[in-house]
Amino acid sequence: MAEPLVEMQGISKDFPGVHALMDCHFELYPGEVHALVGENGAGKSTLMKILAGVYRADAGVITVKGSPANISSTWTAQRLGISMVHQELNLAPHLTVAQNIFLGREPRRHLPFVLDDRTLNEKAAELFEVLHLRLDPRQRVSGLAVAQQQMVEIAKALSFKADVLIMDEPTAALTGLEIDELFRIIRQLRDRGVGIVHISHRLEELKQISDRVTVMRDGRYVSTQATADSSIDQIISMMVGRTIFETAPELPEKPSTEVVLEVRNLNRGLVIRDVSFRLCRGEILGIAGLVGAGRTEVARAVFGADQVDSGEIFVKGKKVRINSPTDAVEHGIGYLSEDRKRYGLALGLNVETNLILAALRQFIGPFGWVRSGLARIAANLQVKNLAIKTPSLKQTVRNLSGGTQQKVVVGKWIIADTQVLIFDEPTRGIDVGAKSEIYRLLNDLAHEGKAIIMISSELPEILRMSHRIIVMCEGRITGELTAQEATQEKIMTFATQRASAV
Amino acid sequence: MTKSAARPSPLRRLGSLGGGEAVQRLLAFGALVLLIILFSFWSPFFFNFDNLNNILIATSVVGVLALGETFVIVTGGIDLSIGTVMTMASVMCATAVARWGLPVPVGILIGVATGGVMGFLNGVLIAQLKLPPFIATLGTLNVARGLSLVIAGLSPVYFPTDELHGMIMGSTVGAILPAFPVPNIAIIMLGAAALAGFILSMTSLGRYAYALGSNEEAARLSGISVVKWKIAVYSLGGLFAGLGGVLLAARVSSAQPTLGYGYELDAISAVVIGGTSLVGGVGTILGTVIGAFIVKTLADGLQLVNVPQEWQIVATGVVVILAVYLDIVRRRGRQS
Repeated sequence: MAEPLVEMQGISKDFPGVHALMDCHFELYPGEVHALVGENGAGKSTLMKILAGVYRADAGVITVKGSPANISSTWTAQRLGISMVHQELNLAPHLTVAQNIFLGREPRRHLPFVLDDRTLNEKAAELFEVLHLRLDPRQRVSGLAVAQQQMVEIAKALSFKADVLIMDEPTAALTGLEIDELFRIIRQLRDRGVGIVHISHRLEELKQISDRVTVMRDGRYVSTQATADSSIDQIISMMVGRTIFETAPELPEKPSTEVVLEVRNLNRGLVIRDVSFRLCRGEILGIAGLVGAGRTEVARAVFGADQVDSGEIFVKGKKVRINSPTDAVEHGIGYLSEDRKRYGLALGLNVETNLILAALRQFIGPFGWVRSGLARIAANLQVKNLAIKTPSLKQTVRNLSGGTQQKVVVGKWIIADTQVLIFDEPTRGIDVGAKSEIYRLLNDLAHEGKAIIMISSELPEILRMSHRIIVMCEGRITGELTAQEATQEKIMTFATQRASAV
Repeated sequence: MTKSAARPSPLRRLGSLGGGEAVQRLLAFGALVLLIILFSFWSPFFFNFDNLNNILIATSVVGVLALGETFVIVTGGIDLSIGTVMTMASVMCATAVARWGLPVPVGILIGVATGGVMGFLNGVLIAQLKLPPFIATLGTLNVARGLSLVIAGLSPVYFPTDELHGMIMGSTVGAILPAFPVPNIAIIMLGAAALAGFILSMTSLGRYAYALGSNEEAARLSGISVVKWKIAVYSLGGLFAGLGGVLLAARVSSAQPTLGYGYELDAISAVVIGGTSLVGGVGTILGTVIGAFIVKTLADGLQLVNVPQEWQIVATGVVVILAVYLDIVRRRGRQS
């Protein structure tokens, strides 16, 4: 093989209270797609952020194209030809597509500091041409769908003439077609000699796109091998450090017929159109659909986070008014946002505080003080029950991995004794091991009699978990399927059933 | 991908900002016209050249302050110190001329530079030492307020000649076109506004101000030096406050070490009324200029219809609160 583009040796990094990386190793050759996998908290993102100059390693050596490199900032990394597309989209929503792509490197006129937006837009248009992207350089980013924003990020990373492109979970928010599009771009880049690091939790993608795969576990390097030579089961067992087998989908028990939540004729502009459904005690109702179909909007409307134009909500047969999340919590409805960091958690506070936050009222003693002993017991119970991986109840939530944070949110709603739980993409950005735990958790909750709505873009997950599935497209419910009759094909047919011109 | 259908309107091509803000500016402009019509009917003294000239002069000082404040607020920050920094600049300008015997143009430069230095100090506190802008500039507000008294020696500093007054308050336009004796101070303000508009929409400083206000992390990850550009933005805000100080000194032919406190609220109101969002990322200079005219027209009009002085102060506070509430309503509108 040719000289590696990048070699990382003996990389270590500590965060307060956590050894994020210990003696890690990684290498990337030109013209390869190198998958980096591992459970949440395994250190994949951290390792790559060190390469991209976001963090500095505490120890270790990085060699770029044969010479030792001191990567002190993202700027240095970019000058070395290393670009990273982050998991959280990092765009300035008020700026245009082209302005975002060339942020910090705007074409100038001959005068100092004076920008040349015409050239800027032309350069962006050229870039889109090469990548076969249909984007308008002058469009403001705030008006783009998530998938389009992702494409902008990728175009931005490539605009650095990068020969090392790191993508952290690039497919998490994309639909099937969009993923195909992304992979086409990745292959095109690989053929041009770009080295690509692909961090992903979707193991089935590895076979499709990667040449080699490196597995990490608990902040340590485990192994690197050719993708063709390894099976997914092998990779999973290396990730979790034990052999596990994909369990056969267990069809959940039949729920009762007691209706807990009923939504009638919900409308909000064009995003929610005449949506009605029922949810029974002990039932898991899957809501499927493509990104932008209005699933999250329905959830937010039921939870009172957005105002609706019209519609009625009944809880246990009684009509209720839900104008705010406070009303929703009062009526026993909890919402677990897909964007945990923004809506689900107080990141700067500790595990215990987050766990009891929604149910604080239960823990208020006479004269208004918080009965911290009781609170601690309740919090501890959830940490045990949900196997929340945290060094202590006093750990700041920001320092926990994505899967662990998700469990904290679940624990919070359990303590609040919520009857209806709405999970929005509960396994997004969560590794295989934690995923099956979340599935088990959902089953347990349903078994205990909670009514659950699960919004998911992953069809196998929807099929495996739901008693009943409703499918949405362009704000409407286009179909309803029972667990027995549902197939991926049927769901996709409904999910793409656009209304003829309205 | 249907949502992003390309429609490059001429407005969008004008600068980086598109439709929503244009409507906002139109509304603000409509409010200004409405205000003028209202007061014209209400008071016989409102719609005549002398009074409109007064409004123009009053708007000039606050307008220049608001120009600098616009940059700061676009980054998502705030600068409460510009009012007293303006005072300090006027004191430095007058002291240089009256006590140190320096020529007037040098005095002007010293005044403007004083503002720049204070702005730079704000920038260092906020960007380098990571103080919250509100607290940092509340501190420098009092530093500048106190220093003004110290430098002036607790009493006003008068210029030995009225050279500066003539230079700023005279009318070069009037000398050529006697029918339009527009004072130079207004021309200077409009010139400063044109410069500010150019910087905000056409230069890297302006672009990065929007980027910082829109998503600071994105800016940082794009390799933009957040510290450097924030310091630049606050320094620029200070330079405009310095210019404001010179204009104020020229207007009253002296430096009044106690005049200027409270001007920052007028400036912030002007910026927000003009469509700049307090959370950053959105704003235009044209909007700010219209906002400044609204604030000062209102103040002038209230005086003419005999609202007592103390109630005018109450009105200033109410206007700030309304302006900020307007910003919140606007943001809500933008989200849905």
